[in-house]
Amino acid sequence: MSMLIDFWNWLPVIIQIVIKIVVIVLPLMLMVAYYTLLERKVIGYMQIRIGPNRVGFKGSLQPIADAMKLMFKEIVLPTKANKFLFLIAPMLTLAPALAAWAVFPFDETLVLADVNAGLLYVLALTSMGVYGVIIAGWATNSKYAFLGAMRSAAQIISYEIAMGFALVAVIVAAGSLNFGDIVRAQQGSAAHWFWLPLFPLFIVYFIAGVAETNRAPFDVAEGESEIVAGFHVEYSGMAFAAFFLAEYANMILISALTALMFLGGWLSPFEGTFAESWFAWVPGFFWLLAKTFVFMFMLLWFRATFPRYRYDQIMRLGWKVFIPITIVWILVVAYAVVNKMPWWFNT
Amino acid sequence: MSFEKFIFYIFSLVLIFAATMVITRRNPVHAVLFLVLAFFNAAGLWMLLEAEFLALVLVLVYVGAVMVLFLFVVMMLDVDVAEMRAGFMKNLPVGLLIGAAMIIELLMVVGPKYFGLDKFAAPVKHAADFSNTEALGMLLYTDYLYPFEIAAVILLVAIIAAISLTLRRRPDRKYIDISKQLAAKKADRLRVVKMESEK
Amino acid sequence: MEFDNSQLMTMLPEIVMLTGALLVLLVDLMVRDSDRMWPYALTLGTLLAAFAAAVSVGGGSSEIILGGNYVRDAMGDSLKGALLLIAIPLFIYAREGLRKMDEWRTEYLTLGLFSILGMMIMISANGFIALYLGLELLTLSLYALVAYCRDSSKGAEAAMKYFVLGALASGLLLYGISMIYGATGKIDFPGIMQQIAADNTGDNTIFVFGMVFVVIGIAFKFGAVPFHMWMPDVYQGSSTPVTLLIGSLPKIAAVAIALRVLAGAMESLHQDWYMMLVILAILSMALGNIVAIAQQNIKRMLAYSTISHVGFIFLGILSGTDEGYRAAMFYAVVYALMAVGAFGILIALDRKGVVVDQLHQLKGLNDRHPWLALTMLLIMFSMAGVPPTVGFWAKLFVLEAVVSIDMWWLAVIAVFFSIIGAFYYIRVVKFMYFDKPIDDEPVVVGGAAQTMLAVNGLAVLLFGLFPVLVFGLMKL
Repeated sequence: MSMLIDFWNWLPVIIQIVIKIVVIVLPLMLMVAYYTLLERKVIGYMQIRIGPNRVGFKGSLQPIADAMKLMFKEIVLPTKANKFLFLIAPMLTLAPALAAWAVFPFDETLVLADVNAGLLYVLALTSMGVYGVIIAGWATNSKYAFLGAMRSAAQIISYEIAMGFALVAVIVAAGSLNFGDIVRAQQGSAAHWFWLPLFPLFIVYFIAGVAETNRAPFDVAEGESEIVAGFHVEYSGMAFAAFFLAEYANMILISALTALMFLGGWLSPFEGTFAESWFAWVPGFFWLLAKTFVFMFMLLWFRATFPRYRYDQIMRLGWKVFIPITIVWILVVAYAVVNKMPWWFNT
Repeated sequence: MSFEKFIFYIFSLVLIFAATMVITRRNPVHAVLFLVLAFFNAAGLWMLLEAEFLALVLVLVYVGAVMVLFLFVVMMLDVDVAEMRAGFMKNLPVGLLIGAAMIIELLMVVGPKYFGLDKFAAPVKHAADFSNTEALGMLLYTDYLYPFEIAAVILLVAIIAAISLTLRRRPDRKYIDISKQLAAKKADRLRVVKMESEK
Repeated sequence: MEFDNSQLMTMLPEIVMLTGALLVLLVDLMVRDSDRMWPYALTLGTLLAAFAAAVSVGGGSSEIILGGNYVRDAMGDSLKGALLLIAIPLFIYAREGLRKMDEWRTEYLTLGLFSILGMMIMISANGFIALYLGLELLTLSLYALVAYCRDSSKGAEAAMKYFVLGALASGLLLYGISMIYGATGKIDFPGIMQQIAADNTGDNTIFVFGMVFVVIGIAFKFGAVPFHMWMPDVYQGSSTPVTLLIGSLPKIAAVAIALRVLAGAMESLHQDWYMMLVILAILSMALGNIVAIAQQNIKRMLAYSTISHVGFIFLGILSGTDEGYRAAMFYAVVYALMAVGAFGILIALDRKGVVVDQLHQLKGLNDRHPWLALTMLLIMFSMAGVPPTVGFWAKLFVLEAVVSIDMWWLAVIAVFFSIIGAFYYIRVVKFMYFDKPIDDEPVVVGGAAQTMLAVNGLAVLLFGLFPVLVFGLMKL
């Protein structure tokens, strides 16, 4: 064991970092791959179908087959498309979706970069994701793609405000921008988690997250039935796969962030109850994964349940419902924090 | 050259390159994208100065929101570059003159003579757990509370101005009044008619 | 400096203004009233309340509060009081004009109140940050107001020009501010003053560079030649009620910031800035008075007349004496009073669908409405500087200030140009009294506006007979 640690320390810093990144990104990619399978299966069962079941055991190798297929497909360049921007757009979408994980704490100590302003960093990076969509829509030189890009840009900007405000309240409640501190501020019991004092914001944040990731029922940017596939209508092969990966990576990120900020991250749900010691052996990472999974499942559930919102309804919900709610609740939280309201803010 | 210096030069070079491209590109969309790149590098420079809050907010606000709106507008506009260039040669001498004057002034004033390290000592490096955000918040809400509040009023006025300039009730509008839709009852829409069944 | 709630009492006028502006905004949302009586009454009430607040907290030794960003002193008290009082007739006339144009909306009131709040912030700014933010608050409201009549392409063009040049001026001002901040490390005026005075290197290049840009920025906002390009177009392009606001009150705020920056922060650089002001003043007086003669549009003519008045205000400032500063303040206040009256009369002459902005439309006004003609006569005489109107004293005091520092030649130039200027003011009088009317439509003007105009005209005369009534209040 000590030999391994010596070997690790002997490695140059840059190699260490690369290994850490791979350790995060590889499972993430696997998760994305199987998330797509899960989506098809879950929605299939919800609609009383079976879903993919041909490749491997009960369709378990389906994502691998999909990936293989996409990898060997040609990337078609539409005529008069801007080649450089057309090709860089998928990367611009994928890069922030992966980079945001750098500051994500998987456990009390397990974090790649424990920076002070982690929350701001994540917010800044997720706001970058929209560029890929806009550039793709513009560079494709197609009206459908352009319409999709415009819709997406307006929608993401609108929901980012509500999202940002919801996070402001989290920051106020936790008194820090560091994810580790935010989770530690929720220690105590499941009732100490921020979902209770910040309940309206918890809901707003998650719904805004759904809108930010362009998922149903906010998927007007793709809008298959109106504008074919929106911004990625002309993409094929790996370029399309990159958009696909980014979307699912973002979904996982939003779910994980919601779990982290409102459901106590890696904290055990039995903390502070009689059952605490029974589950003390469970690693924190497992709790985080379980909580994240709840939200990941809800994202799929939404898609199977709700019809697509109309564009003006999306705007109305964002500007006239969410933003006022968040602003009012920030005041409430600020008042509670200043007066050290028990039992969330009295420590 | 230390690693930090190396990073600084990289960021600065890309920043200058991107800024030059912003004003020389013919296609306005490309120009805006280069501006995004420039902001990104500026954020990097701020990061080097340990101003992580400013760096991230620059990315969040300017790159993530303002420039997206910019792009949104620029993509919709049909900018005729040739027309814009028409007055270029005519205005070039004046522009060059003013530019030269500014550069000379900058060279005269901004330099080690007035702003050298002997006049202003280099800032002390903070420990890793120093929170730039907290320090900034402390200043903003104490010493600079008054300007901060005025800035808030300015933003409010900007909202009022923008809305008052654009919001107009058009008689031919076809929007749907959602509250009306929700308030609709069964009785408003459905009429049950008793009819003799035909034989 | 520690913050405590009692400090807030000192800035009561600003707080009242802000609360009032927000209330007007909200009341408009709640009250369905096509005449908008409630917001209007609330606007006037806010102005009166803010005036009362300014009087009640005013007086006594000066106080610097809120981390050195806000100062309340005698100069601020007197200018703020004048500003708020003159704003009352302004809104009365504006209502008259906007109703005639079918543009009577609450946005004018809200944006107008916010612009006045911006001026108040400028007046009591004790540092460059508050000064700049107040200026932005003022100009942002004004940009929107210039484009207030949304279907007028002229208005949109004027707003665009105003915005672009205003942004340029702000940029220059900020550039200068950043240099001064860099050189002194201070952002508040007393701090800068101390730093400049304490500088013993004998090399003040950087202060002078910063100062040049700050002076250019201020000259832009004043509309002094050669930074006057925006004024005629903006005056002409915006509707008369908006011109009324742009052309009057901001000069009071501009004189305040000029005094705070030049006489306050850069006192010891007087030798460097006064020559700049001399050039600006001579150019403004010359160009303003000569070009105004050629104008057929009254609003344009008044724009050039404003430029020439700005030249006179600069005379008072450049003298560098307390008397000169008081004379400049007096001039700005008197100018605002006259400008409000002059534009108010144009509004009174407007009819539904007819905008009065051409000189010949004033012909034979005496036959149509003698009271208005008399008021206009008083105001024109006052602008020309004819005794016994108040404009005479305004000119006399600034000339005295220039003479007191032995700049006889400058006083002679000023008198020379004001004689040229008298021509076009008196031409207006000639049109009104000695020409035949070109239309016989009766002049319809609301009761409140009519009364206020009469008061306004008589005030010009009364203060001319007893100038000490106003001049005595101008304290430093």
